[in-house]
This record gives sequence, structure tokens and C-alpha cells, in this order.
Amino acid sequence: MDKRKIFISPVTRIEGHANITIELDDNGNVSDALFHVNEFRGFEKFCEGRMYTEMPTITPRICGICPTSHTLASVKACEMIQGIQPTYTANLLRRLMHIGQNLSSHALSFFHLSSPDFLLGYDSDPAKRNILGIAEKFPDIAVRGIRLRKFGQELSERITGKKIHIMGIVPGGMAYPLTEENRKALLEWIPEAIETVQLGINIIKKFHEDNPEMVASFANSPTLYLGTVGPGGEHELYDGKLRFMDGDGIILQDQLDPAKYLDFIAERSVNWSYLKYPYYKPYGFDKGFYRVGPLARLNVCSRMKTPLAQEEFEKFKHMSGGKPVHGTFYYHYTRLIEALSDVEDAERILNDPEVTSLHIQHHGRWNYAEGIGSSEAPRGTLFHHYKTDETGKLLKVNLLIATGQNNPSMNRSVLEVAKQYVKGDDIKEGMLNRVESTIRCYDPCLSCSTHALGQMPMVIEVRDRKGELVKRVERN
Amino acid sequence: MSKKKLATVWLGGCSGCHMSLLDIDERILDVAKLADIVKSPVVDGKEFPEVDIALVEGSVTSDEHHREILHIRKHAKTLIAFGDCAVMTNVTGMRNYFNLQEVFDTAYVNAVSNDKEGHIPDHPSLLRLNDKVVPLQDVVNVDFVIPGCPPDADTIFYVLFEFLNDRIPNLSKAKKLKYG
Ligand code: SF4
Repeated sequence: MDKRKIFISPVTRIEGHANITIELDDNGNVSDALFHVNEFRGFEKFCEGRMYTEMPTITPRICGICPTSHTLASVKACEMIQGIQPTYTANLLRRLMHIGQNLSSHALSFFHLSSPDFLLGYDSDPAKRNILGIAEKFPDIAVRGIRLRKFGQELSERITGKKIHIMGIVPGGMAYPLTEENRKALLEWIPEAIETVQLGINIIKKFHEDNPEMVASFANSPTLYLGTVGPGGEHELYDGKLRFMDGDGIILQDQLDPAKYLDFIAERSVNWSYLKYPYYKPYGFDKGFYRVGPLARLNVCSRMKTPLAQEEFEKFKHMSGGKPVHGTFYYHYTRLIEALSDVEDAERILNDPEVTSLHIQHHGRWNYAEGIGSSEAPRGTLFHHYKTDETGKLLKVNLLIATGQNNPSMNRSVLEVAKQYVKGDDIKEGMLNRVESTIRCYDPCLSCSTHALGQMPMVIEVRDRKGELVKRVERN
Repeated sequence: MSKKKLATVWLGGCSGCHMSLLDIDERILDVAKLADIVKSPVVDGKEFPEVDIALVEGSVTSDEHHREILHIRKHAKTLIAFGDCAVMTNVTGMRNYFNLQEVFDTAYVNAVSNDKEGHIPDHPSLLRLNDKVVPLQDVVNVDFVIPGCPPDADTIFYVLFEFLNDRIPNLSKAKKLKYG
């Protein structure tokens, strides 16, 4: 069959990490879309032979945006190997840093990367469509966004002395306590941070109101959802059990122990991407794709833990009569509801009298050969699985990364957009923007696998089977 | 003094160096007064233009990175190796101890979560990984290095600010120069 292909890639491939091929059938209809993720670093192999206790400092280097989540999943796997639990205070400090990372990542996604589309417009001058363009037109919003991210980063810095790739999380607890001075300094941020998140919520709601059709039409097919929940089904990021929900809102499995992840998740390598395709095992590869991240977490959880976030969560639930919300565009809104919960939760923890206690570490040693840890990264659930020999040397490492789990859905969202915008050689106006903003909704941390942060300058090329150029469309 | 042109590039790294660059926080507005950020993962950009300064994060891991770094060298007056991966391959280079096929097999064939129906990625649209990861200076001349994993935000700002003011930074004066 003479299958023709449309190839989308960043113009210069300087970000060069993700591109897309769209395949046409004989009648010029879209038959498939392949979302290529273009980077591979091989952590699973090169960690073999190292000591398991090194992992909490090696694995954050998988990703500079969610390093703390990797550290936490990793240290929990180490704690399972040692058979110990962190102290109460250590858990508080870990939660604070985890909140900090979630907040700075969400602030980056919303204010730095996405707000230019909402505030300046999808069709505004690309040279200005960034945080500095926002700084020119809406200086207050830009500075607030930058400072919200800064607050998130400071939560780590004031505990461990480092903002990225923190070193202070160790099996059994923490290496450093929180000083009273730092506790006070962090508390001072709370009112400003709440205001900034609420400002973000107003921006996104206004955009929803002004562009209802666009928002509603954004890749909105049902999928399954996975997220971590607390014992009562409440929203949880750091430590809890897993819940799978189907597209109608039926809870498929609840309070699953993350250590049993192999019972319910499998993945397949595909030849067109360095990023694998995980799926919900009971449903198989074709029907089992699920989404993770803020939209998934808010779809699966029964309530938020803090009052302002709960208020907003009820509005979110109301949108679909309590059923899961499928529209990919709502990732933005749910990201901000989570950010609100993050700030409120940080305040609660900072006011816990035990937070500055010096009882921060339990000591353990190698006891078991295997350990599995999980945590919610900003973009979704994350699993680290280690097997060791009796000296603690790693024999096998398996990592299931947040963005990887959205990979099948991202691929399908791209296919949906392609079907809407492409017919034969005719590529409708707006296709490039739409593909890009669809992917952006997932805020894919392709660095965990790799990354394409920011706007992807794109070219679409229509090629015949022999690779001859039929047509080329370039943005701008 | 006319405004300089600045690019930041991301090759084989974790983006942590770029995140540390964002950790200069509000000082990004001071940088913006002296330079236009014409190419970066955090702004829109087209073809890699002529620039005064290019900050390059990450190692050279593939055919594509190789082409990119040669292109960047040609078009940048000052090329800065940004972070340990760019300077000495760091964590990205840890796969050098193994043969690439083994590294692939571990992830794409033998992982405990894999089903048995997978393929090793080999699509023509994918970049080709090189057998060995190399630092930038193995491929091109590098004008300056900022070590650290990631380098501290204050150090990054200091180096940028000096270059933007036509001075050569003196790293021994940087606030928190560090390894790791
Ligand atoms: S030097 Fe460190 S922070 Fe920078 S890209 Fe490499 S691993 Fe990431």
C-alpha cells in the first residue's frame, strides 16, 4: 500500500526531543499518528552493580523538573529494602519538599509556559509569546509567577540547602532538620502564594469562559485514570495507595499497594519511540491506556485535604456532574487546584510543632533483597523497583516514569487532532498550534524520558512512501 | 551598548541546569534588559540564529546532538558548557561503561514490567544514539565552562552578567562554585 506520511518536527530540532509522523491511507485519510520521543539515557542498565543507597542521589538526575519525586520513590524503595520507616518529622519535611517541587513545577507550567497563550493569545507574536513577553505586558503577573516558582524551590533550599537534586533525603529520614528561622521565613510566603494561585485560577477560568468551544473540543475522549489517594480516598501526593478509575467514574481498583504494581501495570516497547507504552494490565494493550497527573488525580480522588482547594474541587466536580472530566485542556485548571492545595498544606505542616524536631532519622541496614517505592510526580505516578544481592549491590532496576504513562494518551490525542485537521495534502490552518498545545496540556516532562519544554517550532512535511516531499507547511 | 543575543540549548541532560537558570528568579528581567533570549526551550524560536552567547546543557549522545553542537559552534561567538553533563558527561555518561545494545535490551526487552511483544525502537524518524556519550569539548571548542550538577543559580547569573557586560568571568569569585 502506498502509505503517505506527514512528518512534524521542530524546525531546527534544537529541542529535538519529540516529533510526529502522521500516516495517510490510500484515500488520503489519516490512518495513524506516531508521537516520537527522542531521547534515552539508560538508567536501568548503568545503575546495575552500584549500591542501592546511591540511588536517591543518582535517580533525581533523570529529571531536573521533578527530581524530588524521583528521590522519594527511590528512598522509599531503599526503606523497603531496609524494612524501616522514616520518623514523623522526616515525613513532614519530605512532604514540604515534595509540595515545593509540585508547586514550582506547576508554576512553571502555568505562568512561564502556558499563560502567554492565554494572556497574549495563541496567534500573538511568537518572539514575545513567553514569560518575558508577559513581563512586558503584565509585569505584575510575570513577577508573581516567577515568585511562586521561587517559593516552591525555597521549600527545598531552606531544608537541604539545595533547590535541584537535593541531597538531604536518606533512607530512614532526613539528613538535615528545619531551623526555626527557616520555618518562619517559609511561612511568610503563604499569603502571597495563595493570592498568586488564585490569580492563576481566575486567568484560566476567564479563558474557559471566553473560549468554550475550543476548551471543550480539546482531545476529550475518555480514558482510564490512575492516581494516589489517602486512606479515605482523599487527594495525596507523597504517600498513599493507588486508585484506578474508568472513564465513567467507576472505581476499578482501590487502595492498591504500589509495591504490587506489576499485577496491574505492564508496558510495551514500540519501535517509533524511546518512551515505552504502559497500560492497565487487566484491560490489555489496546484498551488499557490510562492517564496520570493532575487531571487524573483530581478525577480519581474523593476530596481535597484543604478548605480552599476543596471549594475549587467541588466546582470542578460540578462541571461534569461528578463524573470524570476528560478534556485535556482541564489539565491546566486541575494543576492550579493542586497548587492551591499545596500552599495550604505547606502552611499546615509548617505550623506542626514537630516540624523543627531534631528526630529526623531512623537508622537501618540491608535486610531484604527487593524494594519498590512510588510517589506522585507533578506529572503523575512514579515507580522505582530495585533488586539487590546480599551485599546491597543492585542486580536489577526498573523505573516507571510519570510522563511515560501519559504517552499512549498523548499519542492518541495527537491522532484525534490530526483526524480533525488533516485531509490528504490539505493541512488545515491551526494544525501546528493545535498539536503543540495538545501536547503542552500534558506538560510532558520528556526529560524523565526526555523533554520538549516551551514552544515547539514545527514543520509538517507530507511525504510519499519513497520519502519524496509532496508538501511542506511551516509555522509563520 | 547594543543588546546581546543569548541562546540556551538542551542536549543530553536532565533539564536541571535549565531549571537552575530559572532559579535566578526575578533577575531574569535584568538579563532581559541586556540580552534578547532568541533561542531556548523556554521561549519560542525558529532556526538557530547568530548569537553572542550560547549556554549548552547536556552531553552529546546522538547523531542529532552532534550536528546540533557543530551548528551552534558555527553560530555562537561564545559557547559555554553549562553544567557537569556538558563539561564531563556526568550521569549521562554513565552508560559508557556498557555496550549500547545491552543498555537497550535492559530497558526495552528485559524490564520486569515489559510484555513480550515489544520492539526495540528503530524508527527512521528517531535519532541514532552514539555508542559513547561525550562531553562538548570532544566535538567542538568550548570557550567557558560552568561546572555543577546543576550549577548554582548565583553562579549562572554571575557568569551571564559578566559576559553580557563584555567581561570575562572569574569563577574563583563565584559565590557557590561546586562539584555535584
Ligand atoms: S549537570 Fe546535572 S542538572 Fe545539569 S543536565 Fe546534567 S544531570 Fe541534569
